[in-house]
Amino acid sequence: MKKFLAEYGMVLVLLALCALFSLLTLKQESATGSAAATRVAVEVEAGVPPGSHVFVVGAAKKPSGEFAGLVASELEKGEVVEVTQVIGTPRDLRQAWDAAKADGKTPEALVVSGDVLKWTILPALAEESADLQLIQPTERMVSDFLKRGNLLAIVDRIVVIAVMAIGMTLVILTGGIDLSVGSLVALSAVIATLVMKMMGGLEAGGGAVWTGFLAATLACGLIGAMAGFLVARFEVAPFITTLAVMLIARGVAFMMTGGFSIYQVPESITWLGRGSTLGIPNTVVVLVVFYAAAHVLMRHTRWGRYIYAVGGNEEAARLSGVPVKQILLFVYFVCGLCAGFGGCIQASQLATGAPNLGVMFELSVIAAVVVGGTSLSGGSGRIMGTLIGAFIISVIQNGMNLLGFDSYLQQVVLGAVILFAVLLDKARQKGTATVKH
Amino acid sequence: MSTELSSVSLLEMRGIHKRFPGVHALNEVHLALHAGEVLALLGENGAGKSTLIKMLGGAHQPDEGDILIDGSPVTIDSATAAQEAGVAVIYQEFNLVPELTVAENLFLGREKTRFGLVDLSGEKGEAKRWLERIGLGIDPDVKCGQLTVAQQQVVEIVKALAFDARILVMDEPSAVLTDQEVEKLFEVVRDLKESGIGIIYISHRLDEIDAIADRLLVLRDGQYIGEGQVSETDRDTLIEMMVGRSLEEEFPPRDVEKGEEVLRAEGLNRGRAVQDVSFSVRAGEIVGFAGLVGAGRTETMRLIAGADVRESGDIRVRGEEVEVRTPRDAIAAGICLLSEDRKGEGLVLSHSSVDNFGLPNLVRFSRSGWINERAEREEFERYRGEISIKVAGPDQLAGELSGGNQQKVVLAKWLARHADVILFDEPTRGIDVGAKYEIYQLMNRLAAEGKAIVMVSSELPEILGMSDRILVMREGRLVGEIENSPETTQEDVLVLAMEEIATG
Repeated sequence: MKKFLAEYGMVLVLLALCALFSLLTLKQESATGSAAATRVAVEVEAGVPPGSHVFVVGAAKKPSGEFAGLVASELEKGEVVEVTQVIGTPRDLRQAWDAAKADGKTPEALVVSGDVLKWTILPALAEESADLQLIQPTERMVSDFLKRGNLLAIVDRIVVIAVMAIGMTLVILTGGIDLSVGSLVALSAVIATLVMKMMGGLEAGGGAVWTGFLAATLACGLIGAMAGFLVARFEVAPFITTLAVMLIARGVAFMMTGGFSIYQVPESITWLGRGSTLGIPNTVVVLVVFYAAAHVLMRHTRWGRYIYAVGGNEEAARLSGVPVKQILLFVYFVCGLCAGFGGCIQASQLATGAPNLGVMFELSVIAAVVVGGTSLSGGSGRIMGTLIGAFIISVIQNGMNLLGFDSYLQQVVLGAVILFAVLLDKARQKGTATVKH
Repeated sequence: MSTELSSVSLLEMRGIHKRFPGVHALNEVHLALHAGEVLALLGENGAGKSTLIKMLGGAHQPDEGDILIDGSPVTIDSATAAQEAGVAVIYQEFNLVPELTVAENLFLGREKTRFGLVDLSGEKGEAKRWLERIGLGIDPDVKCGQLTVAQQQVVEIVKALAFDARILVMDEPSAVLTDQEVEKLFEVVRDLKESGIGIIYISHRLDEIDAIADRLLVLRDGQYIGEGQVSETDRDTLIEMMVGRSLEEEFPPRDVEKGEEVLRAEGLNRGRAVQDVSFSVRAGEIVGFAGLVGAGRTETMRLIAGADVRESGDIRVRGEEVEVRTPRDAIAAGICLLSEDRKGEGLVLSHSSVDNFGLPNLVRFSRSGWINERAEREEFERYRGEISIKVAGPDQLAGELSGGNQQKVVLAKWLARHADVILFDEPTRGIDVGAKYEIYQLMNRLAAEGKAIVMVSSELPEILGMSDRILVMREGRLVGEIENSPETTQEDVLVLAMEEIATG
């Protein structure tokens, strides 16, 4: 049981959070749309004798009136009952009622929905005609959190962080850290959009987009590899090395653009961040592909094992013949690539390249890795943990937005979550330490 | 041999039980310690010695049983409580801050103050008085990080005494000391004994027990096995008590035909640590490297294994010169090193046993980068059976294993490389008697398989018991070679190892 919790504790936290926000954002929602209208029409036709006179009442306001219109046209198509559409105010309803009554065609049923239900005229009419039926569409409980649109928004918001967190996980597993990733996002977006601008700007084709993305990603990978070289060859502390790279990359991004954003990009730039393939959003595809590849790398390949070994005990790894320097170079290279690709996604989502993108992203990325259970001292952690960590952060942010928490409070809550994750990690380490024998 | 009725014991532990998840670590253990005696606490690793002394240090509390000091029960539930009870435990890892001076370390946590400021001169004066009494001339102004291990240990002892400790527990104090230093430690211990302090002394070295202890007490598998006067207990009985079976000999016999030369080192140099060292090892041969700590033996091994870069010199394997710049090169050339620092350099403690086993062998267990985990596990299981590694399973963390089993995991990972040359640096340090014997057997088996074996050891009986040839180093140089025979004595080796005697 303890082992299960140690491995999957964070999954449970994520599921609990989703359940919590689903419940908290649950609310009644009046039926809308043609499907609901058809359902109501069928209900009416079954509920009243054929040939009855039915009023379909809607308020002048949009959703209610629109829905009434839909129901009315459905009923007219059915030709089972006589339909009168009343869309407007209670006063309109009274006039229509009196007119019908004068014709001797007092309605047998009223179809009401939305705001109409609150009209005080309804009980009065019911008194006048004893067997008046009130038909209203059944209302559903709907969770804002679980709506497809919202779930996709969660993915959209986290995809950049989550992709960057793959590289960061590798670096942190070796016992290092990379502070430059936020700046690399900006640099990548700038390079990508500049390339597109040079290759034709607004009129450029898809080739320009891909060339831009490729150039930007590779450039960031190269910068990462250079940082890795400094860390591996000269044993400069990763914190300092990447802090310097962070400043340099941000500065270069500003210099390249003169501080302005670049909008001269073709329409097709948005395919990566906003488009979809076979009905699946491309951001989801990116996450699945990247995380699957990283998982396989870390679990089933020699280099993955070496990365863990370097973080677990660098000297023991070296003496066992692990090419420690190459491994260090590799993880910073991958981290640069991931940050660069993250920058491309960001540019795609915004259809812009700007030197002020990705500010403080490094902290969100590190937070995702740590919440995902990777130890900052290196040697232990899981790629899938990082994905879960990223989602936990995104879900909390999204949930708080839906519930209307203000952004200051959100920061406090996020900070608390990170502390909680670290404490949980400590407790977990203690747990495995005492469970021996 | 119970407590004398006339006097109340200084310390008594009665009916102690301690249970950890899945293990009964201590089961009805008794212990009595009198003022002014040295009690040797003996047992294999995992026998429960550490658990027992951690109760005295306040790190563990007994589940059942009582601890009495001067006949009255005490509760020791923290390090502070231990101090107040007059108990000081000196663990193998010292609690000294390397950046602080000796005097500052002695008063750490209970600084002498004057007007709210630390009274440096007062502290220094008191430190000096203590150090003059037993301090072997240690300067109170020196930073602890600059002291030798032996001196640091003395500082720990002084620290304990400065707390008015009456009961001193020492966990393998000699493990990190040279023979000379051990002799000085014994002088200190005898001094303390005279002044009426009761000492519990843990050691794996049976020679030391004879030299320093008055009584001994043996634990095995968490149980009290017996106790007796040291002078009345012979060594065979003692070993039998500790391992639960009789060991015919400390060192297994070996009879191997020596083959061609496998390893040759020619003129190795690195600073002052290794100066112009040349030697060779033949197939089936075990060459022992003797010398004092710091003589350059470990450093020589590290050069051959590529762990450090040599300034000059050649390394040949089976007559061919090999490029050794990194451990990776050495491994590829069939040379592997079992480091003296198992935990720091031999294993990734936070990773599983099988991962540690696989680390240098992944090239074999993988095809174009993909690891064949089944093959890796199968091979680990094979070695697990063959050299009887006691692990709960391949996934048990290396850090959870006993010293002997950790050494076996390290050994297995190198055996799987099928290396020609195996360098053992202090292969049995911190390993209990039973596991030691198994390691010796393995070394013999490897020699019989035609490997060339080098063994660095600071334990002369081990050098004499295992080596075909003994090379002696002093101050970075190879100063002598002895063809080992049953007539070779420890003195023969020591004469070479110690300059004073050699030149005097």
